[in-house]
Amino acid sequence: MTKEELKSRLGELLPSATFEEGAEWTTIMVDPSAWKDIARQLRFTPGLDLDYLFCLSCVDWKTHFTMVYHLESTIHRHILVVKAKLDRSDPEIATVSDCWRTAEFHEREAYDLFGVRFTDHPDLRRLFMTEGWNGWPLRKDYEDPVNMIKL
Amino acid sequence: MIEELSTTEQGELVINIGPQHPSTHGVLHLIITLNGETIRKVEPHLGYIHRSIEKMCESLSYRQFIYVTSRMDYLSSHINNHGCALCVEKGLQIEIPPRAKVIRVLMDELTRMASHQLWWGALAMDVGALTPFFHAFREREAINDIMEETCGARLTMNYIVPGGVMIDLHPDFQHKVQEFITLFRSKIDEYDELVTDNVIFRSRMEGIGYLSKVDAISYGCSGPTARGSGVSCDIRKLYPYEVYEQLKFEEIRATGGDCYARYLVRMGEMRQSLSIIEQLIDNIPEGEFQAKTKAVLKLPKGEFYSRVETARGEFGVYIVSEGGTTPYRIKFRSPGFSNLSALDHMARGHKIGDLVAIMGTLDLVIPDIDR
Repeated sequence: MTKEELKSRLGELLPSATFEEGAEWTTIMVDPSAWKDIARQLRFTPGLDLDYLFCLSCVDWKTHFTMVYHLESTIHRHILVVKAKLDRSDPEIATVSDCWRTAEFHEREAYDLFGVRFTDHPDLRRLFMTEGWNGWPLRKDYEDPVNMIKL
Repeated sequence: MIEELSTTEQGELVINIGPQHPSTHGVLHLIITLNGETIRKVEPHLGYIHRSIEKMCESLSYRQFIYVTSRMDYLSSHINNHGCALCVEKGLQIEIPPRAKVIRVLMDELTRMASHQLWWGALAMDVGALTPFFHAFREREAINDIMEETCGARLTMNYIVPGGVMIDLHPDFQHKVQEFITLFRSKIDEYDELVTDNVIFRSRMEGIGYLSKVDAISYGCSGPTARGSGVSCDIRKLYPYEVYEQLKFEEIRATGGDCYARYLVRMGEMRQSLSIIEQLIDNIPEGEFQAKTKAVLKLPKGEFYSRVETARGEFGVYIVSEGGTTPYRIKFRSPGFSNLSALDHMARGHKIGDLVAIMGTLDLVIPDIDR
């Protein structure tokens, strides 16, 4: 599917989503509370079939978090980037590990490093840090005088 | 260790493999639930070599951060550097000279071969054949010597930089690579004779660690792991970068989905890499090896993503820039991390001895997973 086709298809399917312009790939912003349903639609709607989650990341914007999902269809070879804005004081979003099983690991990483809580996640624990670690290392305001070297 | 051994209520035994165990090829810790000898569950514990490279990169400039990335997948360090350089170049919108492009591809393919050689030797050793390890390291040594001459390093090369490559090729490079190709052409047939059709080896590999095509995609697998299950996912073919578009090579795929299929894919890839190098080694264009760039690089505000194919699969670099001299946020999509997420699924129901074979064909590099 070309970029224009994908865009018009998504416009029909997800009227609530807004498009972000100027990016390399088609990018949509979604409401985190609707993410669970949207993820299912993106994954299973024939013609979209975004079956390959190749990157899941979180960005700390100091005022809010942005979850970024990079999705690709291995059948139609189109790429879609989905973003969701999260409240920084209470970051919470639904898990998508039921749509893309690799998300289970990636979400644990995002939880470990940013403290984003993924609701209904089968096994939400620290991944790299030890159990009982204090703080969320990749947040911009994280301080660790022992392990962090400031240049 | 004694107190860590425990049985569950169902009479299952929980044991630890690693973080110091030869078959994990690094500091990977697996907690395995066994019923007799049969694996019920594998739970990887990560973080023993977590250095938070993503956080470190936030305080390093666009010229500096590339050096850290060699320490992630240290067996594909050229390709890691390549992915990062491509992402910075995408942001700066600079075109690199043709000579640099060809040098980069040559280095990538040499690295891929060296990495697959090490994997081949280590896999054979894991399943009980010691000799192949020495064969593999003998040939890998030749590649390391070539690298040392041009890049000044044998493992963490830091040779590919934004704008091109660090320094021009060593005068002996062409000659040495040609010698290596002639040598390795015959050696790879020897590899096949020694291991590929070996009855014991095949019985350890065939039907073990089955991963279906649908599961491979769902678990985000890439590289030879996914191609062994029939997924078409070679970034060099799908989204060609540098000169891959003009080269003749095949995307090796197998449909078996088991350990042996993944083994055959990597063996095929070594031959493809040889062919790529043969096509390029006599046709390295003359000219500059680096584009003219400013001393201090500043990426415009925005987001940039680049994808390259490492020896283990798809490596992605996601840079979020605020317009400064350092990345605001950088995310490395490492192939090993996603491939590891499929381990539990692949190992369930197999015997504990097969776990070693499954891990071997996943080709895990732990610093790449932990970052």
